[in-house]
Amino acid sequence: MDDLLSEFLTETNENLAVLDVELVKLEQNPNDSELLSNIFRLVHTVKGTCGFLGLPRLESVAHAGENVLGKVRDGELDVTAEAVTLILACLDRIRTIMGDLEATGTEPQGDDSELIRNLNAFADGGRAAAPAAAPPVAAPAAAPAAKNSTASIYEQVGGMGTIDAVVEVMFGRIMGDLRVKSVFEGESIDHIQGYTREYLAKICGGPDSTAPHPLAGRAMSDAQFDALCGHMQAALNALEVPQHIAAMVMGMIFAEREAATGTPAAVAATVEEEAAPVAAAPKPAKAAPAKKEAVDGEAKESAVANQSIRVNVELLENLMTMVSELVLTRNQVLQILRKHKDSEFAAPLQRLNHVTSELQEGVMKTRMQPIGNAWAKLPRIIRDLSHELKKKIDLVMIGQDTELDRQVLEMIKDPLTHMVRNSADHAIELPEERRRAGKPETGKITLNAYHEGGHIIIEVADDGKGLPLDKIKAKIIQNGLATESELEGMSDQQIQQFIFKAGFSTAAKVTSVSGRGVGMDVVRTNIEKIGGTIELRSQEGKGTRFSIKIPLTLAIVSALVVECAGERFAIPQISVVELVRASPTGELKVERINDTPVLRLRNKLLPLVSLREKLKLEPESSRTSEDTFIVVTQVGTYQFGIMVDRVFDTEEIVVKPVAPILRHIEVFSGNTILGDGSVIMILDPNGIAAASGQISMGDADAAEKQVLRSRAHSDEAVPLLLFRAGEGAPKAVPLALVARLEEIDRKSIEHSNDRLVVQYRGQLMPLVPLDQYQAASQDQNGQQPVLVFSDREHSMGLMVDEIVDIVEARLNVDLATETPGRIGSAIIAGQATDIIDTGYFLSQAFADWFGSRRADAVGDQSKRVLMVDDSAFFRNLLTPQLSAAGFSVTAVDSGDKALALAEAGEEFDLIISDIEMPGMDGFAFCEAIKKSGRWQNTPIIALSSHASPKELARGRTVGFDDYVAKYDREGLVHTLNEALSEVRGAA
Amino acid sequence: MSGGSNGAGHGPTTSASTNSSEQRDYVTMTIGDQLFGIPVLTVQDVLGPQNIARVPLAPPEVAGSLNLRGRIVTAIDVRPRLGMPKRDGDKAAMSVVVEHENELYSLLVDSVGEVLSLNSRDYQRNPPTLDPRLREFSDGIYRLNSSLLVVLSVASLLDFGHRLEAA
Repeated sequence: MDDLLSEFLTETNENLAVLDVELVKLEQNPNDSELLSNIFRLVHTVKGTCGFLGLPRLESVAHAGENVLGKVRDGELDVTAEAVTLILACLDRIRTIMGDLEATGTEPQGDDSELIRNLNAFADGGRAAAPAAAPPVAAPAAAPAAKNSTASIYEQVGGMGTIDAVVEVMFGRIMGDLRVKSVFEGESIDHIQGYTREYLAKICGGPDSTAPHPLAGRAMSDAQFDALCGHMQAALNALEVPQHIAAMVMGMIFAEREAATGTPAAVAATVEEEAAPVAAAPKPAKAAPAKKEAVDGEAKESAVANQSIRVNVELLENLMTMVSELVLTRNQVLQILRKHKDSEFAAPLQRLNHVTSELQEGVMKTRMQPIGNAWAKLPRIIRDLSHELKKKIDLVMIGQDTELDRQVLEMIKDPLTHMVRNSADHAIELPEERRRAGKPETGKITLNAYHEGGHIIIEVADDGKGLPLDKIKAKIIQNGLATESELEGMSDQQIQQFIFKAGFSTAAKVTSVSGRGVGMDVVRTNIEKIGGTIELRSQEGKGTRFSIKIPLTLAIVSALVVECAGERFAIPQISVVELVRASPTGELKVERINDTPVLRLRNKLLPLVSLREKLKLEPESSRTSEDTFIVVTQVGTYQFGIMVDRVFDTEEIVVKPVAPILRHIEVFSGNTILGDGSVIMILDPNGIAAASGQISMGDADAAEKQVLRSRAHSDEAVPLLLFRAGEGAPKAVPLALVARLEEIDRKSIEHSNDRLVVQYRGQLMPLVPLDQYQAASQDQNGQQPVLVFSDREHSMGLMVDEIVDIVEARLNVDLATETPGRIGSAIIAGQATDIIDTGYFLSQAFADWFGSRRADAVGDQSKRVLMVDDSAFFRNLLTPQLSAAGFSVTAVDSGDKALALAEAGEEFDLIISDIEMPGMDGFAFCEAIKKSGRWQNTPIIALSSHASPKELARGRTVGFDDYVAKYDREGLVHTLNEALSEVRGAA
Repeated sequence: MSGGSNGAGHGPTTSASTNSSEQRDYVTMTIGDQLFGIPVLTVQDVLGPQNIARVPLAPPEVAGSLNLRGRIVTAIDVRPRLGMPKRDGDKAAMSVVVEHENELYSLLVDSVGEVLSLNSRDYQRNPPTLDPRLREFSDGIYRLNSSLLVVLSVASLLDFGHRLEAA
């Protein structure tokens, strides 16, 4: 049996067992979406694998089952007993077919049409088709018949898929047959297999090829040729190629042999005879393999049995632990030996040393496997895919020998397959398209594995079309994962990250390959389960690169032992780039920028981390030695130096996990026992970099922002920047409006055109004092704190006296004010605080703030905007801002008042409405407007601090044209302009 | 092994134990002036003063880690755990090694005494007035002739879970 097939059987049987249990669980908890997606994924896997192995019957059954599950997952169907029964019936059928498959090596014949029809009917209507319905047996029967008459032999055989499988089976048999095996000696069997495939395809009338004849230049006896033909015949039978087609194929092979050698056609007769009893039996499945086994003899069977034994992983784990202990003990003994020169133990201990090393290596090998094992299936998959999709794809694999733990390997196998499949299906374009884009016709998928910084990095890269941002955006909005205005503020990279969300797939149609949204979220979950990370970089038109980083959990690693403040630590050698010694008198010395240590190393500034301070061992000032050793460490593409007091030797250490109570300390990746028996901690360079705040993954950033955002939404508490300026109460401004906080040297402040300006980032930035008299009282030295407000091309600085704090507070403007530049007063952090009207200062700095935008988007006359919001604060905050942006704003505090304006005959170009309002809420207000009346066609935009997908959906149903988050000034102005220009375009 | 520790961990049942006297063995130890005991079956080793490697950034209860025949043992100082003042610098601590959820921990105490076989007749639950910190880590109290012995619950001593979450 094909290795692939037997692997499939084991895997699928395991999956089926899980499925049975999970389905029953699902019936009890129909709302458990995690359970459901797991079930869906398992069935999807079964289906997918069947497709690749050329098991059409299994595939079609699984596909029908998956269909039903897909509908259930999408919420179109409910989890009913009937649904579960049907799915279970589907699983039972799969199991029956698998049973036969296991026994005979071929898919048994049988009719699943009724089951499939039931499943499909259920998927369509939520009910199984009545069993009474006459099965349309005639149709499928007629189809192949019609095909037979017209199609070429190539098509009748079943195309490349079948030929490939035939060759696979055939060579499986040939390799077990000592009589003919020798014929192919001296050549890679993969090549021969490839030639045979092309040859078979050619003689059947399939695509022509230039591959050499598989038997070219190979001497063989007639008996050997006959044996080969026997294997071919058996393979054809095994794959259920119809008898008469098989006979035709064989006939052509004989004809060719005859022409080449002049051997009489009598041979054909004997083979015919051999085939005859098979043909006579209506169900050849049982008979043929039985015969096959008899012919192949015991040699093959015993060979398989000897190849491997199954060992419990736990046993290996124990073995590994014991060996680790042995290694440590050996190290200890060797350490002792070094003190006693000329000991008579020296020789035997040396031997013990060697044996231990070898034992350690051997045991490690039992767990470690080259990553190539996980890739073994991929070339075949890519090959089949490229045929199915009519694409040309090259698969390049680099670093197959990179070894990693068996368990880890198992975990990443499926994700990798998914990703490569995705690349082939979605990313690589058709040859035609590629040519037009100026790329070589053949697409390239590159797999690359290597060790880096104590991790294994696996890259999956393609030179396809890259991630289509527009489609992703549309999908994000469609699925309610984010709003348009939120997307507006995101970088391309952040948007790309959405493909890792559950239920996300941009493939337009569901193919047998991918496109059900099972892909990337599962990939990510699996990788994160083993403590790995996945990163994505994509450029539209150029290609996509995934980078998977997996930690080496269980391993003996080489580590550098260092000392800091009298404590010793180990740093994995693999992340150490170089060692540098710095001294105050020497060429290299540690310099400080505002207390941050740095090192000038080969014309570059290397950021330094003081281990002493990072680990809170003692203050850096208390160090005694003059010299500092710097361990230059690489994490990803980022380099930094770790400052330590001394560097010892490198040592082989066994990484042991730290106790649970210490696991939250991110700078340690484990601990170990050194040769002298002392326990030391292993530093994790990644953790140190992260703890120093020096690494920010695009993704982590986004997550953090998400948290901030949701925090801002809860309870309407917003982060506020508190500062002092001029006399009186402290001032506050919503932090979201502030672009940066800067300190500017007062000497650099210049006067220009009666205004204060400063050169800032290559431009002149106007500075506006909060109070007029404040500017006069400045002394001319020292630092001036400035709040920078920034638009795309303009920046403006608000001069303040002191930045006090950032607090989160609810904003309730208690006292409105007439003072320009103030919205009012509120109680913040228990103190009366002035809320600053940023809009006022913005328009002070630039008369034309927003001007350019107004010109190109809105037109010259100002647009009338109606704002409905119950919160006085927001009315006061937004009105001046919108006015500054060129809108004429009317603000009311309730939906009723707004409707009264409508009655009164007021006209507006646009309405902005809050969602949460007492009395008539935003939804009701919008419905009322859209139902009838004069404002029916006025665009209306929702303004809210809560943005659950559900609410977004509801907003769209009642008629909101768009949605903007509160505090998002940029987004609001942008959305307003967009909505207005749409109206104009439509008019 | 685990059965022993479980049964002992909860102490003898108080309801029925007054009549049927049952003998249980405890390893005794002292911290300050107070006598403590833990069931003898939960104890793996008793060690003298050890070389304990400090773990930077660890919670205050974690004294460090030590090497016990090739296994790394996390040393927990019982004094801060029970909210008691720090040990005098010059006094070396003794270690009582216990296993908890497949991890070895060494409990640092002032001194380790003998193994006492105690009768459940002398056992009773914690008085409600006991210091709440102590009550959290204790299963009950034995009345000895000369003093009182507080039975420490190893499981709750080493259960840092909820505390870390709360922090």
